[in-house]
Amino acid sequence: MSIAGFEVEVDRGGGLETEEMTLNMGPQHPSTHGVLRFVVKADGEVMRRAIPDVGYLHRSIEKISEKVGWHGFMPYTDRVDYVAAMFCNQGWGMVTEKLADIEVPKRGEYCRVIAAELNRISSHLLSIGTMILDIGAITPFFHAFREREKINDLLEELCGARLTYNYMRIGGVAWDLPPGYEESVLAFLSQLEPMLDEFNTLVSDNTLFRGRCAKVATISAEQAISYNLVGPNLRASGVRYDVRRDEPYSVYPELEFDVPIGLGMAGEVGDSFDRYWVRFVEIKESMKILRQCFRQIPAGPVVAKVPRKLKPQEGDAQIRIESARGDMSWYAVSDGSEFPYRCKVRTGSFAAMSIIEELSPGLMLADLVTVIASLDIVAPEVDR
Amino acid sequence: MDAASIHSRLREKFGDKILSAEASVKDPFLVVDAAAIRDICAYLRDAEGLQFDVLTNQSGVDYREQGYIEVVYHLYSYAHRHYAVLKARVPRDAPVLPSVVTVWKAANWLEREIYDLLGVDFTGHPDLRRLLMPEDWVGYPLRKDFVEPEEYHGISTSRESLLR
Repeated sequence: MSIAGFEVEVDRGGGLETEEMTLNMGPQHPSTHGVLRFVVKADGEVMRRAIPDVGYLHRSIEKISEKVGWHGFMPYTDRVDYVAAMFCNQGWGMVTEKLADIEVPKRGEYCRVIAAELNRISSHLLSIGTMILDIGAITPFFHAFREREKINDLLEELCGARLTYNYMRIGGVAWDLPPGYEESVLAFLSQLEPMLDEFNTLVSDNTLFRGRCAKVATISAEQAISYNLVGPNLRASGVRYDVRRDEPYSVYPELEFDVPIGLGMAGEVGDSFDRYWVRFVEIKESMKILRQCFRQIPAGPVVAKVPRKLKPQEGDAQIRIESARGDMSWYAVSDGSEFPYRCKVRTGSFAAMSIIEELSPGLMLADLVTVIASLDIVAPEVDR
Repeated sequence: MDAASIHSRLREKFGDKILSAEASVKDPFLVVDAAAIRDICAYLRDAEGLQFDVLTNQSGVDYREQGYIEVVYHLYSYAHRHYAVLKARVPRDAPVLPSVVTVWKAANWLEREIYDLLGVDFTGHPDLRRLLMPEDWVGYPLRKDFVEPEEYHGISTSRESLLR
């Protein structure tokens, strides 16, 4: 948080007097999905620079980890990214399991993947729904959120919570799937399919929507890699990389799915439309994964035997998982005690937020909203 | 390329700038001379066969008892699908090391965060300001000897316990 960027520059060249405007966007702007702020320097409608100012949602989650112990930190991880909290649960679980050499039972891993993929669909639905809302179309948002509500119901049935799940435990998951869960999820998936087609005709082929997204804030593959953009944002730039497929963890090696990349369907590869499109197609891939999971899930325990007073060996470890917003990297240091010595999480939105300043020059002021939405930035994930 | 051969290649190139190497732990790592970190990173990014094109994570850890702050670089290569972990140690009372923003742009915000929370000074960083904490905050919260102030601009940082 800072006040830098409010110095006014006056250009008196060329007779007519012009002045660069300094505008403040946020921190309570509705399109920022959380609380974040931009200091925009604009020349009329055209941006010279948009300087992100973050930190409004800094809840010092990393510091909290040092005080609450390995098990006790699990509910806090939900708050890292409350739109896709399952992945944060899984990340913390995996990094601790790596440090303490705990093996998760097979059924536990499948439960994790089922929960995570449901969460991915709900997160992508929120992302594309609100993206269209921010651009100015209201109807598709309700279609997306209607389906997301159903996933919230399913996850509530699974773990009792609709947003901050606290479903996973170190060594597995808290509860087995409830009776009849397979039928409810499969029924949901089969009605989601026609809805997605409807959504597609409503939005993806819409000229106005394409016009607002095509060739807006194009990110090249080199730029994306240098800024460490991850997940759908990276794939939209044409890099076919998915942690689930390329550095497999959990039971993903046993599952088949495609990794969609941006094709430049509306304009050029890596523009805002491609980022929308990659998320849209990924919903279908997640559905594919869910169906396979229910076919393959074995019987057995869902959680390993983990001591209540967990004391991992001294040392450090890093893991990466494919969250809804891409490669989420967890780094934890243990000093052999009951409390983590240090925990650090690098999230997808953090990288996506830092690229905006470079993307902004020359864009229209209204496009800033498109850029934030297409990068799927969730503010708590930036600040933690 | 496996960790051992990456390590031996770096030893060949940088000699005594590589202080120690650990290949038999969960994430093999190298401890390198903090002053040489930018050269080592630039080499790792560009050298044929290594090509670490992405900085996936950069963290700072305060080891108070040992008297240093460790900056940990997690590197990954999309081209070759291999990892490397570099650790640079700087003294707690004068934590200064070169910035790697010129090598990976991702380092810009990651270094700002480490500066903000641990007080590490990255020389050559284009915009080293606090990122998450308010600009006028005093102290570095992730240091182990940080004491939370009682109030901030008249706002109390503690509250009475609700459990009585």
